[in-house]
Amino acid sequence: MGALSFLLLLPLVGAVVTAVLPGGPGAVLPKWSALAFSLATLVFGVVLAANYDNGGGTQFTEDHTWIKAFGAHFALGVDGLGLVMVLLTVVLVPVVIGASWNDADGANTGRQGVFFALILAVEGLALAVFCAQDVFLFYAVFEATLIPAYFLIGSFGSGERRGSAAVKFLLYMLAGGLVMLASVIGLYALSARSGDASYLISDLAELDISTNTGRWLFLGFFLAFAVKAPLFPFHTWLPDTTAAATPGTSVLLICVLDKIGTYGMIRFCLELFPEASRWATPVVVVLALISIVYGALLALGQDNVLKLIGLTSLSHFGFIVLGIFVMNAQGLSGSIFYMLNHGLATAVMFVAAGYLIHRSGTPLLSRMGGVEKKAPVIAGLFLLGGLGTLGLPGLSPFVSEFLVLVGAFEHHPWTGAVAVTGIVLAAAYVLVAYQRAMTGPPRPELAGVGDAVPREVIAIAPLVAVMLVLGFVPQPALDVINPSTDRTLEVVQP
Amino acid sequence: MLVVLGAACAGVLVEAFVPRKARFLSQVVLSLASLATAFGGVVYVATQLTSRGDGKAFGTVAAEGSVAVDGPAVFAWGLILLIAIFGVMLFAERRLEGGVSAFAGQAAALPGTSDERRVSERGLEHTEVYPLLLFAVGGMLLFAAASDLLTLFVGLEVLSLPLYLLCGLARRRRLLSQEAALKYFLLGAFSSGFLLYGIALVYGYAGTVTYAGISEAIANTPGDRGLLLLGIGLLAVGLFFKVGAAPFQAWTPDVYQGAPTPVTAFMAAATKVAAFVALLRLFDVAFGAERWSWLPVFWVVALLTMVLGAVLAIAQTDVKRMLAYSSIAHTGFLVTGILGTGAVVTGDQITTTTAVLFYLVTYGFVTLGAFAVLTLVRDDAGEVSTLAGWAGLGQRSPLVAGVFALFLLSLAGLPLTAGFTGKWVVFAAAMTADAWPVVVTAVLTSALAAFFYIRVIVVMYFAQPRGEGPTVAVPGFLTTATIAVAVAATVALGVVPGPVLDLAAHAGEFIR
Repeated sequence: MGALSFLLLLPLVGAVVTAVLPGGPGAVLPKWSALAFSLATLVFGVVLAANYDNGGGTQFTEDHTWIKAFGAHFALGVDGLGLVMVLLTVVLVPVVIGASWNDADGANTGRQGVFFALILAVEGLALAVFCAQDVFLFYAVFEATLIPAYFLIGSFGSGERRGSAAVKFLLYMLAGGLVMLASVIGLYALSARSGDASYLISDLAELDISTNTGRWLFLGFFLAFAVKAPLFPFHTWLPDTTAAATPGTSVLLICVLDKIGTYGMIRFCLELFPEASRWATPVVVVLALISIVYGALLALGQDNVLKLIGLTSLSHFGFIVLGIFVMNAQGLSGSIFYMLNHGLATAVMFVAAGYLIHRSGTPLLSRMGGVEKKAPVIAGLFLLGGLGTLGLPGLSPFVSEFLVLVGAFEHHPWTGAVAVTGIVLAAAYVLVAYQRAMTGPPRPELAGVGDAVPREVIAIAPLVAVMLVLGFVPQPALDVINPSTDRTLEVVQP
Repeated sequence: MLVVLGAACAGVLVEAFVPRKARFLSQVVLSLASLATAFGGVVYVATQLTSRGDGKAFGTVAAEGSVAVDGPAVFAWGLILLIAIFGVMLFAERRLEGGVSAFAGQAAALPGTSDERRVSERGLEHTEVYPLLLFAVGGMLLFAAASDLLTLFVGLEVLSLPLYLLCGLARRRRLLSQEAALKYFLLGAFSSGFLLYGIALVYGYAGTVTYAGISEAIANTPGDRGLLLLGIGLLAVGLFFKVGAAPFQAWTPDVYQGAPTPVTAFMAAATKVAAFVALLRLFDVAFGAERWSWLPVFWVVALLTMVLGAVLAIAQTDVKRMLAYSSIAHTGFLVTGILGTGAVVTGDQITTTTAVLFYLVTYGFVTLGAFAVLTLVRDDAGEVSTLAGWAGLGQRSPLVAGVFALFLLSLAGLPLTAGFTGKWVVFAAAMTADAWPVVVTAVLTSALAAFFYIRVIVVMYFAQPRGEGPTVAVPGFLTTATIAVAVAATVALGVVPGPVLDLAAHAGEFIR
């Protein structure tokens, strides 16, 4: 068994173990088991990263024939892009588990074991997605992530509307995924026609795809990823889902699973269909710009803090997609780095907001006020996440945002100019939200609110640390990213 | 096949001579034993098949050209027999209703009369259902292997008549059940009429009823084909009725809902296998040369069936009806798979026959399992099949709800379940024949179809039960075993479909 199989089996085995441990209200065993498995995965992921050679291309590869008739392989491997996503995943999951420590207790099902098992299942499947070197395997695990995510939203979310939010989420994702299925099958037909069918990415890259076919296949993949990412106008599932899910689930969804969308755009859209990608660039860039501005404007007027964070993500995903499709070194590197940083900063915001909601009992900003005085640490964490989101120098998102903007200006001055407004608006929505919820005299409802307990601080601390370190010394991360960026650009640039 | 039919006749004798008390046991044992023997026989036959011609097809035409024993036929036989074994096991389940089976005590007794009360007090039951099932199975075996039009017709009738009867034998909700049986019978008789007329016309054109002869006649007779085309059309109507393809699907929901659930499970899974293999053989072997005139019709039928099934399923509030419409949608996917027949196949690519056979395996087991679960969920008045009655099942009995959710996800075609791999092969087969508009439609209807499968999951898991809510009866060994096998098959075919897929591919082409 290869190192990567082990990496993704670890959380999956953990999920099974956690699910069968005795649950019931008040049980702590499942929680500790889940935490232990996620930490073990983290350690193993970090060890892998330490053994990764920056110049070596795709590494830790393994390849087993899976379904011969389909040409499907169980093939794993990571390059710079994949490694960054793997690291983001293994870092975030322990944080989510720590931050959600008491979330499942209140759920009416009384089965926290299931809650934590689902989180681990999402982790294992997400890791498989980022490591897959075979389109069929990628597709299978890509769709499989939906099931645990769906139950996380539907069974353990908050509020009356969680059921319908879960259905909306699943239907959007399935519709996107099935459109991609048509393209995946199309790839099979092409590959079979040229000899033995194979779904290995490396084999597919060799295929000679005619312009028209390539464009159709590209569209199938792109639509699925645009729904997943999410990109305007496919984003409407996002605010509902974030409002209904627990903050921990939202972290998994937005910070890990949605990255599959932008990851897929690079891995499949750009690398397999370079001609079609160039053909689609003008439209995609416009959609990305709309996402940036529109998401920010919606966030500005949003009262529900969870929806607000969801909408800021719409804006940020606009940046990421923009960076990918301007197709130059700065833009693409910036995007990949942005995928990492957005995960960190947004997770901090979600988790801090979760702490706050836990105490005040409402997600509405207008019902909060003066939290600063009552819970300075939580307010501070929220501000830190927010400042990261708006791109304050010294925090890691700044570096990536800067790179993307440079890439955008290089693509076309106007593109850069419009994108910059997104930054301005970001400053507005973060600071306005902070002001409304945190400053001023404390509202009477908040009388009994206490500050963060040590567990909550410990859970979030690693994220803050990574954000600060990468903010001042981003070079190690960029060293991992740049070689794989160059390789992609070689394929896609005319 | 002879074993099954022989056992069926023996079953009738048992019915006549064995004392009432011993009948149940002897019937069940007899049925299971004969089906198992027949299965063993099929495996033996499968190893004895000889290669013919270009090596792609093997087998022989037996019984003076009327029955083809080839790869696909043997594959279908094995599958039908397996499904039938589990069907018998579901039929024999008596624990769910306090020691009686799901069938009416005496069909002739009118519902609600003193006659009926007397029958149920005496604990009578129709052990005839087992021979009936065996006759139906025998008919299916014949149907799937028929190599001339008359055998096709005989097979169809032998399989249909017992099913008409079985549909009307529900213990609960007798009127609904009898109405379903009547409807099935009337429409079935119509379709037989169409089929027979089609056979006559094709005979008029070709002067023979064997598939090989028809194929030859098509190749050698240029010119006017009006008679042939009309005949093909009428034959298609008859067969489309049997598989429940639009626009001949109208009977499906009523019959699925009205029939006793074990019968529905057996019928839904096994009839489809027999009918699709028969359909495929007829159109591939006999009318293959005339492909370009009937393929467009299949395109339309595939599109219509998928869309109709998915759209109408959304409006259903009854789980059984919902599954019936879903089976219509799945028929559409299967017809999509048939579209691949025109493709030029190279190497070890997926062929239409492989795709359809494999899909039938996946669909058969999932359907069997889903209906078996349906028999478990009940309240005071018997099975609960209204959707609202399922609310909160996920909290009351996580295991049953989880199993059902698995079947639903498989029907919806989520990866790592049998439904996904099945869908994949039929779409791939159609894609290689450049039928991409149909594939795209199929994909979109799958998304639409996902909605109603998910709705059931939502009801089970996220809705609060109203009042008492459903209870789950503790199933006996036979039902449990059936469900367990279905679950195992669903997961195994989703994760490692390789062996079965190879088997289906190994079944090769139809012999001509």
